[in-house]
Amino acid sequence: MLYREAGQFKSSYTSDQQIFPIRQDRIGIMLLLLVAFVLVPGMADEYWLKGILIPFLVFSLAALGLNILTGYAGQLSLGSAAFMAVGAFASYNFMLRIDGMPLLVAFALGGVMAALVGIVFGLPSLRIKGFYLAVATLAAQFFIIWLLTKVSWFSNDSTSGVISAQEMEIFGYVFDSPESKYLLVLSIVTVMALMAKNMVRGAVGRAWMAVRDMDVAAEVIGIRIMHTKLLAFAVSSFYCGVAGALYAYAYIGTVEPEGFNLDLSFKILFMIIIGGVGSISGAFLGSAFIVLLPIFLDVLVQDVFAGLLPPSIASNLQLMVFGGLIIFFLIVEPHGLARLWQITKEKLRLWPFPH
Amino acid sequence: MQFFFEVLIGGLLSGVMYSFVALGFVLIYKASGVFNFAQGAMVFFAALTFVGILETGVPFWLALILAFGAMVILGIATERIVLRPMVNQPPIALFMATIGLTFLIEGLAQAMWGSSVRGLDLGIQDEPIAWIMDATDIGVSKFDLFAAGVAAVLVTALALFFQYTRVGRALRAVADDHQAALSIGIPLQTIWRIVWAVAGFVALVAGLIWGARNGVQFALTFTALKALPVLILGGFTSVPGAIVGGLIIGSTEKLAEVYLGAHVGGGIDAWFPYILALGFLLVRPEGLFGEKHIDRV
Repeated sequence: MLYREAGQFKSSYTSDQQIFPIRQDRIGIMLLLLVAFVLVPGMADEYWLKGILIPFLVFSLAALGLNILTGYAGQLSLGSAAFMAVGAFASYNFMLRIDGMPLLVAFALGGVMAALVGIVFGLPSLRIKGFYLAVATLAAQFFIIWLLTKVSWFSNDSTSGVISAQEMEIFGYVFDSPESKYLLVLSIVTVMALMAKNMVRGAVGRAWMAVRDMDVAAEVIGIRIMHTKLLAFAVSSFYCGVAGALYAYAYIGTVEPEGFNLDLSFKILFMIIIGGVGSISGAFLGSAFIVLLPIFLDVLVQDVFAGLLPPSIASNLQLMVFGGLIIFFLIVEPHGLARLWQITKEKLRLWPFPH
Repeated sequence: MQFFFEVLIGGLLSGVMYSFVALGFVLIYKASGVFNFAQGAMVFFAALTFVGILETGVPFWLALILAFGAMVILGIATERIVLRPMVNQPPIALFMATIGLTFLIEGLAQAMWGSSVRGLDLGIQDEPIAWIMDATDIGVSKFDLFAAGVAAVLVTALALFFQYTRVGRALRAVADDHQAALSIGIPLQTIWRIVWAVAGFVALVAGLIWGARNGVQFALTFTALKALPVLILGGFTSVPGAIVGGLIIGSTEKLAEVYLGAHVGGGIDAWFPYILALGFLLVRPEGLFGEKHIDRV
C-alpha cells in the first residue's frame, strides 16, 4: 500500500525515462538527500563526520566503481585499491605541478589517469576471464604500488612515497572544517552515483550485463566485446580514482602507496559482496556495513565483553567475523543487503493487506 | 657466469617452494573446480598448528599426525559448511567464498595459537653443501635441496595415488566430469572431503618447509600470492604444470631481481612474476599444461 505504483501513468517519453520511475522512490531519494545535505551536517559531531561518514562516502564511491566492473560487467578485479592510489597520486601531482589547477578538475584528471591505467590493465580481459583475470588484476595491484613507492617523482621526492594532500579550495572557499569536507564529498558522490545509476540502465549498462551473463552470446548479438569490457574497466577505474583522490584529500590527508594495499582491495570487494553484487544501492549498504562493523566489534569487545574474551581471540575477532560474514552472505543471500531492501519493498507493496 | 648459475639454482630451488603451495591449489581445482584462495591461509594454519602442538611437549611425529588430523577436520568442515551449500553457484562466487574462508582461517589460527613469530627447526641446516662448493664454487643450500627432494617424493606419491588407487581413479573421474562421475556411483561429497584433506596435507608439508625457512608467521599466508602466477603459468589443472611453473617463476624472479632490479631500485620480485604470467597469458591463455577451454553458447 505504501509502495504501490498503481495509478502512476507516464504520459511523455521524458517521464518514462527518468532515473527513478516510481514516485515513492523519488520521494525517498529526495528525503534521503535532504537528510544527508541538511540535517546530518548540523547534527553530527566531528567524530561522526571525520571517522564514519566521510570514509563511508569515499568507500561507497570505490565500491560503486568495483561494482560497475565486477557486478555489472562481470570482470572480477582484485586491484581496486591500486586504481585508487593512481587517482590520489595523479590528483596530487596535477595540483602540485600546474599552477592554479582547480580542485575539481584535478580530481577529474586523477580519475582520468586511473581510467587510462585501468584500460591498460584491462587489456588482458580480452583474452582471459574468470580466475585468470582476477590474478591478472593482482599484477596491477602490486606493480602500481611498487611504482609509486620507487619512483620518487610521483610523491615529489618525499621519503617512502608519502604525500600530504594540499588544501582543498574552490573559488576561494577553503574546505577545512569537517562539515565542509563532508558536504564536498557528499556532492561528488551524489552526482557520480546518479551518473552510475543512469549508466547501468542505458545501452552501456545493458551491454555490460550481456557480457557478464555470457560473453560469447553477447558477441553474437552484436555487442563489441573489446569496446564494452575496456569501457567497464575505464569507468570503474575512473570511479576508483576519484574515490582515491577523495580518500587522500578529504579523509586521510597524508597517504603513502602502501596504504592502498591488497587488504584495501579486498575490503572493497567485501563491500560489494555484502552490499549486493550488481546494484548501485548495494555499494552504499555494503560500505556502511564494512565501515561500521569494526567500530561495532570494538565496542562489543571493549564494553560489553570487557575482559571476558582472551586478548588473542579479541584481536582476531574482526578477521573471523569478516570471513564468516562473507561466506554467510554468499550462501544465504548472494545478492546481498540490496536484495533484502528489495524484499522489504515487495512487502511494503502489499502491506497491510497481504492478499 | 658462476654468479649467474648460483642465482639460477637458488631461484629454481625457491621455485620448488612455490610449487608446494601451487600443488594444493591444483588438487582442489582439479577435483572440484573451486579456485581455493585459502590455500595460503591453510599453509599458515597447518604450520602454526604444528608448532603450537610441538610447543606443548608432544614428540615430533605425533605432532605431525595431530596437525594432519587438524587439517583433515578443517577440510571436512570446509566441505560441509562452505562448499556443500554453494553447489551450483557460479565458480566466481565460490572463489569469493574462499577469500572469506582465508580471513576466517587466518583469524582462527591466530586466535588459537597467538600471533607471535615462531621458529621451526626440522634439523636440516640452511647452509651450502661443502663438496659442491669445493667442486664448482657454486653454493647450493642443503635445506633447499632437501625441500626439492620432499617435493619430488610428494609429487611421485601423488602421481601414484592418482594413477593406481581406487580413490585416485575416482578423483580423476570427478575432475573429468562431475555429472558422469555421479551417474556411475562415485560419491561426490566423499571425494571432495578426501581432496580437501589431501590439499590440507600438502599445505602442512608446505607450511613445515616454509616455516623452517622463514619462521612460522603471518607472512606465510602471502605464499598463496606467490603461487598464483605459478598457477597461471602452469595451468590450473596440471600437477606437472605447478612444478614447472614454480621452477620458471622462481628462477626468473631471482634473475630479474639480481640483473634488472639493481637498475630500477629493487623489490621487483613482488610484481615481476605477475607481469611475466600476464604476458604469458596473452600468448597462451590456458597456461603451459592447462586444458584448452572451448566456449559454447
